[in-house]
Amino acid sequence: MYRYDDFDAAFVAQRNRQFRAQVERRIDGSLTEEEFKPLRLMNGLYLQLHAYMLRIAIPYGTLRSAQMRQLAHIADTWDKGYGHFTTRQNIQFNWPRLRDVPDILDALAEVEMHAVQTSGNTIRNVTADHFAGAAADEVADPRPVAELIRQWSTDHPEFQFLPRKFKIAVTGSSNDRAVTAAHDIGLRLVEREGEIGFQVLVGGGLGRTPMIGKVIAEFVPSEDLLAYLGAVVSVWNLLGRRDNKFKSRIKITVHEHGIEAIRDMVAARFAEIRPGFSGVDQERLAAITAQFAPPPFRTASTASFDAAYAEDPVFRAWADTNLFPHRAEGYAIAQISLKAHGATPGDATSAQMRVMADIAERFGHDELRISHEQNVVLPHVHKADLPEVHAILRAHGLATANIGLISDIIACPGLDYCALATARSIPVAQEIATRFDALKIEHEIGDLKIKISGCINACGHHHVGHIGILGLDRAGVENYQITLGGDHTETASLGERTGPGFAADEIVGAVETIVETYLAERASPGETFIETYRRVGMAPFKAALYPDTAKPAVGGASDAA
Amino acid sequence: MPRPFTPKVVTGNALLEGDVVYLAADGSWTRDLARAELLTDEADAQVRLIEAQARAGEVVGVYLADMAEGPDGPEPTHFREAFRRAGPSGYVFAKSTS
Repeated sequence: MYRYDDFDAAFVAQRNRQFRAQVERRIDGSLTEEEFKPLRLMNGLYLQLHAYMLRIAIPYGTLRSAQMRQLAHIADTWDKGYGHFTTRQNIQFNWPRLRDVPDILDALAEVEMHAVQTSGNTIRNVTADHFAGAAADEVADPRPVAELIRQWSTDHPEFQFLPRKFKIAVTGSSNDRAVTAAHDIGLRLVEREGEIGFQVLVGGGLGRTPMIGKVIAEFVPSEDLLAYLGAVVSVWNLLGRRDNKFKSRIKITVHEHGIEAIRDMVAARFAEIRPGFSGVDQERLAAITAQFAPPPFRTASTASFDAAYAEDPVFRAWADTNLFPHRAEGYAIAQISLKAHGATPGDATSAQMRVMADIAERFGHDELRISHEQNVVLPHVHKADLPEVHAILRAHGLATANIGLISDIIACPGLDYCALATARSIPVAQEIATRFDALKIEHEIGDLKIKISGCINACGHHHVGHIGILGLDRAGVENYQITLGGDHTETASLGERTGPGFAADEIVGAVETIVETYLAERASPGETFIETYRRVGMAPFKAALYPDTAKPAVGGASDAA
Repeated sequence: MPRPFTPKVVTGNALLEGDVVYLAADGSWTRDLARAELLTDEADAQVRLIEAQARAGEVVGVYLADMAEGPDGPEPTHFREAFRRAGPSGYVFAKSTS
């Protein structure tokens, strides 16, 4: 794993000293709120509904045990004993006091973490596949290049005042677990004739105008990547709409100018700036890559795993849903669900953080990952250790066997915390999870992703949920719109609206109706929800949801309401 | 026709704590909505808002929030203000330790 060098440490320390002085000047009145706000946002500090919120980057979702323990320490010392993992591999603390934030940032720096560029109109935390470096289906580990992009984009002088925020995600596998098609730039590591390069997507994004990213380059060689990224951001920095916040993201720029025109402009800009890259970045990349060398995998019998799997149905259920194939013989990727039925999706208490850190240290080569699905991952666990790992997780409420199932819901903080939200997300997620747990059918339902956002900004990724739920304020009442058929993977698609929304006390029933319709319509128990939806379309779901309305248009035409 | 004025309170977030505060009749900031001053006159409300906005060393993001007169003081008329008063659902400690 990457360790800070002297430059990184000095940069973060200097930034923290600057911010400490800025906080002092805000408190003594030397800075107005208008002056202070962009400074605090550059350092991840928001003001939310009930308190300040500090968003801390977990670059490419990778954490060491010591870092997770420090997050637990921060939760206990300066917050209320818990943190919230987000869809962009950040952690948010919901209750810091202004005077304490500089101390929190110093505590983060002790373990090589920061909150730089987790907000503001900058290039944000670079995210990656949470199975990076472990998955059996990977071309190459995407994290070295993600770290290179983090270093390149941090405090980049040209890109500190962009038209709007800018998000980059990287996957090293053709099975896209990093939602690259919904990012401003999505990078997909590919191999061509033995050479590693990148397919580059541009102009994806969710929010009020959801768009699937378009391929701007089929293959950018590794040594050209930073220059190419710089060219894309540079073209958008000039063209991007600064007159209208709602049209400022690169997805709108691409939509307005067309991908061909943007591709040409990027090529011209690339030709200008490429000579400036003398190869130092490639030396840097090589040094970073060396730090991401795989841990020393051991060879051992998996007999204890096989025995537990055969004899213990609770362990078997967990192994069936929460494990993923590892590239090393005898190993598995173990996912820790932060979606216990009825709990807040993505929240972990300080005690749970310490338990996960201890397990990673004892059994997992000291590595943890945070997934965009708001779960924690132990990327490298030998199967022989899994029965013990499971027993420890179970003792701390962390062994919920529901990864990828209907209760493994992405939910943004919604109106329980967020100043932008128009409705609550968390209670809806809790009630859906509790309902389907009571019905005991979630394993029978199988792979089904529900994603909930509490406003059109879509932090909960509702557009790309198999079932998406969007909370709105309709004449002073919470109302929930449903979309069906969204997909966040390499076959990305945006969901289609079912029709009019549902009241807060109707939404769980509506989801149940959708699931019952799927179970009735599916061709076989092996046909997943999304496969059934793609085969039968919207019509049967619409008919079930709105039985009293006239027969809907054929072919699942979206509702005009 | 302009819309008739509805009663309001001045509210914002405390600069240091970040938590929700309301302007009381005596000019102090209170965490208790019941103690907030309910402003029923539009001109009066605007003056109170401008005065509050000038207190930038104490509060952030001050605005006028719609309220109704209840038996124990101002009551939210919109769910957003109800959640601001109550704190997040699911964490009982949320508003008790500020």
